[in-house]
Amino acid sequence: MSTDGMTLGRLAAADLSARLNSREGLRVRTGPFVFAVRSPLEEVREGLALHYGQHAVLDHGPSSFSDFHVSVRRPRGLRQLLRPQVEFLLDDRSPFQPLPGHQGYAMLEWGMNWAISAHAHQYVIMHAAVLERGGQALVMPAPAGSGKSTLCAALALRGWRLLSDELALLCPRQGLLQPLARPVSLKNQSIDVIRRFDKQAVIGRAVAETSKGVVAHLSPPPAAVAESHQPARASWVVLPRYQAGAPTQLSPISRPAAFMALQRQTFNYDLHGLVAFQALCAMVSGCSCFDFTYSRLDEALSTFEGLAVQE
Amino acid sequence: MSAGFSRSLLAGVLADPGRMSALALAEWDLLLRQARSSDLLPRLAQLALIHLGPGEMPTVVDPHLAAARTIDQAHRDEVRREAVALEVLLAPLGVPIVLLKGAAYLLGNGPAGLGRTVTDLDILVPREALADVESALLIGGWNTTHPHPYDQAYYRRWMHELPPMIHGRRGTALDVHHAILPPTARTGTDSTLLIEEAIPLPGHRLLRTPCAVDQVLHSMAHLLFNEELSHGLRDLSDIDLMLRHYGSASTFWPMLTDRARQLHLESTLLHGICQVNAMLRTPIPPFMLEQARPRTGPRGLYLRGLNALWECALDTHHPSVASSWGHIARGLLFLRAHAIRMPAAMLARHLTIKLGRRLVPSDIPMHA
Repeated sequence: MSTDGMTLGRLAAADLSARLNSREGLRVRTGPFVFAVRSPLEEVREGLALHYGQHAVLDHGPSSFSDFHVSVRRPRGLRQLLRPQVEFLLDDRSPFQPLPGHQGYAMLEWGMNWAISAHAHQYVIMHAAVLERGGQALVMPAPAGSGKSTLCAALALRGWRLLSDELALLCPRQGLLQPLARPVSLKNQSIDVIRRFDKQAVIGRAVAETSKGVVAHLSPPPAAVAESHQPARASWVVLPRYQAGAPTQLSPISRPAAFMALQRQTFNYDLHGLVAFQALCAMVSGCSCFDFTYSRLDEALSTFEGLAVQE
Repeated sequence: MSAGFSRSLLAGVLADPGRMSALALAEWDLLLRQARSSDLLPRLAQLALIHLGPGEMPTVVDPHLAAARTIDQAHRDEVRREAVALEVLLAPLGVPIVLLKGAAYLLGNGPAGLGRTVTDLDILVPREALADVESALLIGGWNTTHPHPYDQAYYRRWMHELPPMIHGRRGTALDVHHAILPPTARTGTDSTLLIEEAIPLPGHRLLRTPCAVDQVLHSMAHLLFNEELSHGLRDLSDIDLMLRHYGSASTFWPMLTDRARQLHLESTLLHGICQVNAMLRTPIPPFMLEQARPRTGPRGLYLRGLNALWECALDTHHPSVASSWGHIARGLLFLRAHAIRMPAAMLARHLTIKLGRRLVPSDIPMHA
């Protein structure tokens, strides 16, 4: 059976489960990568079925090549009877300590992020959200707790094309940002904020036992997944900061200041050295750069709307 | 003995890199996984650059190898920075610092430097300078990774190196050797000979690399006396690259044999060339292979058995080829490595203490 043009959402539940339990794994494409995912865990099957419905799945054969072979499973041992854990493996290696309980799906998402950021050095990789509007990309580098993901989720639900919530993949030769279009990871209060913001938002099961607090994932909008082969060029660098009760404020900053913020959030800056310096310089030189403080999502959205119209 | 044993795709490609041009995509998938698992991805990436013509590299594979080459370059720069930092730190002592293994291959621009991963820096210093070197390192920010009093005593009494060190700020690992084999190995190898013949690294006052024959012999001794073979295939590939490169000169083989005799490593050399020839098809002059061939009788049988074990144990540990034979072979070789490195009574005591500590974990503070 050929699955040309097959999406994960069109697989029967039993087929999805069989693939996840097979030796070769479920082969799913996200942006430039094909992941082969193996897992016997129900929460992983459920999460993939919910969030990756629009993603392409590929068959296994002599001409198939997967970029990353990952699995999420329960570690072996008697301990699992008393206090179950989950572990992530990239091929035969387990880069993290097992985590408690039933956060297998969240662990898969983190593991996939790690697999990309620790290996895909054909890109300069920044910890940043990337969205696109009218052919122009908005890059928001930010440390954890800055409200980046909340803002990213809201923009993605209001017509901005989601490229990535976590990883900005900058091709150093072409200067283009490569989409990933994977689920947006929401933490703690932002889960309810986004639920209230958009009743139609598809949000998965909230898992309470993670080191980041409560985590739930928002499905990437179908249109973003459909266009995830289409790279974009950066036009804006915005450094977001959520601050309770603060008025919405967008203030221009210098390009060197934006460069420094991007550099701090670049995972493989040291590996690339000069190549990363030049790629980031080229990127910011085509961008308008801002600091952005916000507390109200609706105001934040109209600010970005205004930004897109002005250009 | 080696019936049923087949080499991995990775070993096959290292033996004949030209094979890469005929691989199907699914084979590339497997090859990359085996290489990553064996810390050989950067080497594979460099070999692909040399052996594949334009357009022979599948577009989906190319980014992985390009990324591996980026890591390789960054690695090289880091090893150089660390070596220079050591030289600056130890400059007041004026002692020669002989870089061993990976650092020597990389900084000496030797054949085994090709895509070589280096996880820690290994150096050899004169035994009489060891105490001064250690205190200079401690002052310079290097700390021990093995604070347990038993480990400290064990390394200092029985090993050919200080307990491993790690830099408190940079997190880099350092092994300071005063010999290339532990005194308990009973080979009678005189490591000062390595220091005497070491070649100064151009542009450096104290940094040296062992001469070519010493690099080959040390690599073999390290591989065949080592109790853990986590980098077995990578280390074997180092030896293969060196022998292919240096071995093309006819003067090399007599020099290698003479040096092995001086260092009392004749049997290590013969084992080494057997393994590298069997696994990676390294060209070896017939007279050398003839010497290495096991004789008849009990000794010959033992050597045949040992060779079969090595063949199982040295291939990639990736699950795609993992057989129970590989596990058993590595287990037996683990015991053999200990047995040839230590007298029986000492081995029994050492294993009892190590096992006891594993069963009853305790956090003995450094000053206990």
